[in-house]
This record gives sequence, structure tokens and C-alpha cells, in this order.
Amino acid sequence: MSILRVSQLGKSYRQYASELIRFARWFGLPFKPSAEHWVLNEISFEVLKGQSVGIIGKNGAGKSTLLKMITGVLQPSTGTIQVNGKIAAILELGMGFNPDLNARQNVYHALGLMGHSHGAIDDAMPDLEAFAEIGEYFDQPIRTYSSGMQMRVAFAVATAFRPDILIVDEALSVGDAYFQHKSFDRIREMKEQGTSLLIVSHDLSSIQALCDKVILLQNGGLIMEGRPETVLDYYNASLAEHQNQKVRQVEHGVNKVQTISGTGEVTISKVELLDHDGQCIEVASVGQELTLAVGAKAHSNIEKLVLGFAIKNHLGQVIYGTNTYHTKQIQHKIAAGSELSFLVKFPANLGVGTYSVQLALCSSDTHLENNYEWRDLAYVFEIANVGRDFFAGMAWLDSAIEVKKAS
Amino acid sequence: MFDSLWTYRYFIFSAIRNDLTARFAHSKLGALWVIFNPLAQVMIYALILSNVLAAKLPGIDNKYAFAIYLLAGTLGWALFSEIITRSVSMFVESANLLKKINFPKVTLPTIMLGSCLLNNLILLSVILVIFTLLDHSFSMTIFWLIPVTGTLVLFGFGIGLILGVINVFVRDVSQVVPIFLQVLFWFTPIVYPISIIPAEYVSWMSLNPLVPIIEAYHNILMYDQAPDMTSFLHLNVIGLAITLVGLLMFRRASPEMVDVL
Repeated sequence: MSILRVSQLGKSYRQYASELIRFARWFGLPFKPSAEHWVLNEISFEVLKGQSVGIIGKNGAGKSTLLKMITGVLQPSTGTIQVNGKIAAILELGMGFNPDLNARQNVYHALGLMGHSHGAIDDAMPDLEAFAEIGEYFDQPIRTYSSGMQMRVAFAVATAFRPDILIVDEALSVGDAYFQHKSFDRIREMKEQGTSLLIVSHDLSSIQALCDKVILLQNGGLIMEGRPETVLDYYNASLAEHQNQKVRQVEHGVNKVQTISGTGEVTISKVELLDHDGQCIEVASVGQELTLAVGAKAHSNIEKLVLGFAIKNHLGQVIYGTNTYHTKQIQHKIAAGSELSFLVKFPANLGVGTYSVQLALCSSDTHLENNYEWRDLAYVFEIANVGRDFFAGMAWLDSAIEVKKAS
Repeated sequence: MFDSLWTYRYFIFSAIRNDLTARFAHSKLGALWVIFNPLAQVMIYALILSNVLAAKLPGIDNKYAFAIYLLAGTLGWALFSEIITRSVSMFVESANLLKKINFPKVTLPTIMLGSCLLNNLILLSVILVIFTLLDHSFSMTIFWLIPVTGTLVLFGFGIGLILGVINVFVRDVSQVVPIFLQVLFWFTPIVYPISIIPAEYVSWMSLNPLVPIIEAYHNILMYDQAPDMTSFLHLNVIGLAITLVGLLMFRRASPEMVDVL
């Protein structure tokens, strides 16, 4: 069931030659605006019940404008938004708080502002007070609070009632580590109970951890919609998109899309994962010594070359990564036509599951300048537990348990 | 529009109460400052002008007659000028809220009006206490203040709403309004009796809708007389028309407001 359906949504800011013309239009006179500035164009997508959708994009891509229209703060210029259920938004924490009032009064005020009735707020108050965990400060004016305490109350207010769709704009990491975990759990709990999430964040790892679908906005348009790894890889690659780089994505097995981008002065010619006999393998056992062999070919003369690699798990989270800039093995003065081979040796101290290798050829420790080639899913391999005791998790730590019994 | 006011009724009441309690929070005298401001003005005018103007007040033999006259007019003027001043800034001041939370905008003028009326009620009670101290009696006639206040609110709220809406788009309004209020104050018989105006200008004065309203305040509070309500019929019609224009502009402007805030 679709809980939110956005179709052909667009937003333009109108300018008038004179504000008098704007006023005249209110009374029905048929004047036209002198300029229209479109910040969002033809956005269509759908959020299903219980689905979590992330919205990413560079600053100014239109993410916040989109959220504001969905919450109803801004009116769309074209298109429609259909919401089937209760909507709640955390666009900014602590909105509508008055520093001279205590938390209890502010809770009534802020929840009232969101349209909740007095009785419903009364019912929610004990839970809310318990969740905020600020003790007797709850009845002190909030100007006496630390900013972390204010955030606790604000987050408790924002999530006091479970909506059908929760909209979050960059507000997930509040307070200390303990409260961050608590607020994250709260959102996950709501999700499990069937709340859909719509999240805007620049923290790509939290998008990856929470979302089932990601939407990429660029210059006011929706340019991509799909599985988190695919869209995030594309976004990462496109961050470096200047100096006529090309980004292309190719299907790579079932449900995997490989993203390749770069300027192409140097390209990756070969990627292999070898065991200690030099055999190319796709399944390795826990703890096995492995060698990642990468071949690179230069197509023009370049000053500096750095190879970066990362091993990602099936969710696309980086388990380990480094590059030859950090290991102080930068290659200098490479002539056109020459070929290089990199051998990365590492023990597969990984948990059971599938992993992918991400590679980058560039001139420094970031791929944002001189990105020659960036390749996601350059190699996919699987780790199987052969001959070790059962263990859970993403890493093999080779633990030993010592038991002492006092008699 | 009225549905959402009903849904948000608790919020509106608590916002009006918070508005008052927040003023008590930091200052020792809190909301009493709302009262002291008009009272201090009355004292200044009484001190400076009583010798000049007191003789011109007919029909009352209290030696504080001029102070009573000033208090009566100030009660009406304080309400009008507070409504106008707060209306002009109400949307601009709540810009952050309007941009972040989806709530009916119509609650803002409602809260503003409720808060102004509450302040005016406090001012009235203080004035009645002062009347008692000055040995000036009042009777049930003061209930005539209710319809007179109603007419004043129609004008104040209507004009305030129009100015408040325009101020969102043209911020010059907030600079012009204090001047406009200053001029209007002196063209309304508050610190002087209308009898000192030369006869040929009186008809011009009557173009100012505040003149009959403030005169009604004088009649009720000073002379203990019911005001002449026949002249209020057309005042109410004009006031209602202004308020309706204000509401129409507010409705049309609502979708565009957040775009420019």
C-alpha cells in the first residue's frame, strides 16, 4: 500500500515586477509574474507502508524544498502529493520552544503546534518524560538546560506519537552517544511497527543502514531511484564529476549494478583475487591469506598515481580500506602506455558473507581531484567458514576464551 | 479556516497563557509592565497638560477629572495600537516556525488578538482600581465597553491583518506603521477634549473612525453614560468590511507567504 505518492511535483519561486502586481493577483486580476525560478521539476516517487526512503543530493539540489512540500509547509507550484495517513516531520529540533517555559509547558505548546489535542498530550506525557531522561530538570525553564538536554526533550517531542510516515531532515545524531543510540532505536522501533521513513541526510552510512530505497536529486530533478548501494555508489562517483568525467553503471549479476567513473588517463585492466598458490578464487575461507592483484594501464603521461581499495560488505558498508598515499607508495612520472601491477596481500579475517572490492585510481588520497578511474564492485567474493568454530559478525577476531572455575 | 481554529483551540489558549507567563519569567514585575507603559504616559500628559486643558472639561467636578479623561481614552487607544503593532510583525516574527512546522497560520492572528484583549482586560481592572482611589464612581454602564471594544477590534484586527500580510512582502510597512500610529494618536481626542477643536475642522475629525469610539470610552468611563449606538451601526459595517478584506488577503497570501519569509 502506498502511504505517500508524489507525482509530477514542481516548485517555482515567482518574482513580480512590483509587489503591487502580486497584491492585485490576490483580487483576481490576471497579471503574470515577471520571472519564475524553478527549484524542483517533475519529481515523482512513491513510499510504501513500512518502507524507508532516503533522499540524497548535493547542497541546493532541492532536498529540503521537497521535504517542506511533503510536510505541507510549502505549497507546490505543480503536481500533487497524496498522503494516506498521519505525517510527522523533524525538520529542525526544538521548534516552537520558549526558553522561559519549562519542558512540560513547552511540550504542550510544541505538540499543540503539531495539532495534537490536549488529552492526547496528557496521555503521552509520562512516556515522553521517561524517554527524555532529564529528571527533575523537566520542570525547570529550558534556558537552564545544556544543549544536549534540550535536544533530548526536542527529540522526545518529535517522536512522541507514532506517525504513518516520519520525515527526518539531518536530525538523527543528537546528544551524547547514549542518546544517539536511543533515538536511533526509537526510529527503528517505529519502523518495525510499520512507520515509513523519509530521510534526508549527508551521513551516507546512516542512509545505508536505515533505507530500503534511495532517491538522488540533482539540480532540482530526480535523476536516480533504486537500491541504496547502487544509488550511493553512483552519487559517490558523481561527486567527482567535473573535468569531463564519465559515470557509467553496468549490470553486474543479480541485483548488483557496477559503477565506473573517471577521466580515463589510467584505467584498470585487470582485477583478480588470488590464493597463496596464485589461483584465482571467488570463495575464500575465514582467515585465508589472499592477494588482490590489480593491473593498471596509463593512456597518457601523468605526474602521480595512487591506488585505493576498499572491501565492502553486502550492505555496501566499508569494512576496510586504504590507499598507496597512506602507505607512502605514490607512483611518480608514469609514461603513456606503461602498465603497473599492484599486489595487495591481506588475511581474510572477515565474517561469513559476500564482499565486494572497490578500487580507485587517482592522484592523491581523495578521489575528488584527478579521479582517473573509480570502480565499484570491481570484484565480488564470498567468505565461507571452513574449519573454524561458529562465530557471528563481520570480522574474524580469532578470539580465545579462557574459563576458570573456582572450586 | 474555522475548523482548524477549533482543532487548535487548546493550543491557542495555551499560547495566550504562555505569552503572559513568559513575561513574568525574567522580570520582577512581569506583565505589569504592560500596564505601566500606558499609565506612565497618562501621568506625563496629566502632569504637563492638566493646567492647560483641565478647565476645558465640562460636566465633571472631580479635581482629577483630566487624569480620568486620559485614562478612559488610553484604555481604547492602548488596545488599538497594541493590535496594530503586533499584527504588523506577527508573520515576520514567526518566520522560522512557519518555515518548519505545518500548522494553520490563522492561529497566529487569533493568539495575537487573544493576548491583546487579555492585556486590555488587565489594564481595565487597574484603571478601575485607580478610579476608586481617585474617588470616581462607575456603574453597570461599563458593560457598554463590550460592544464598543468589539467595534474597535473590528477596525484594529482588520487593518492589522492587512498590514501584517503586506509586511511579509514589503517590509517597509513595519517602518511606516509607528509614524502612522503617532499621527493617528494626535488626531484622536485622547489627550485633549474634542471641544477645543475649531468648529470648521470637527467634520474632518469625524472621518477618523477612532473619534466616535474613543468618545464612547469617555462617555462610559467618565460620564457614566451609555454611548450613542446609532452611530456605531455604520462603524461596524465599515469595520466588518475591512476585516473581511483582511481575511481575503490573508487567505490569498497564505500559500505565497512562506516563499518569501
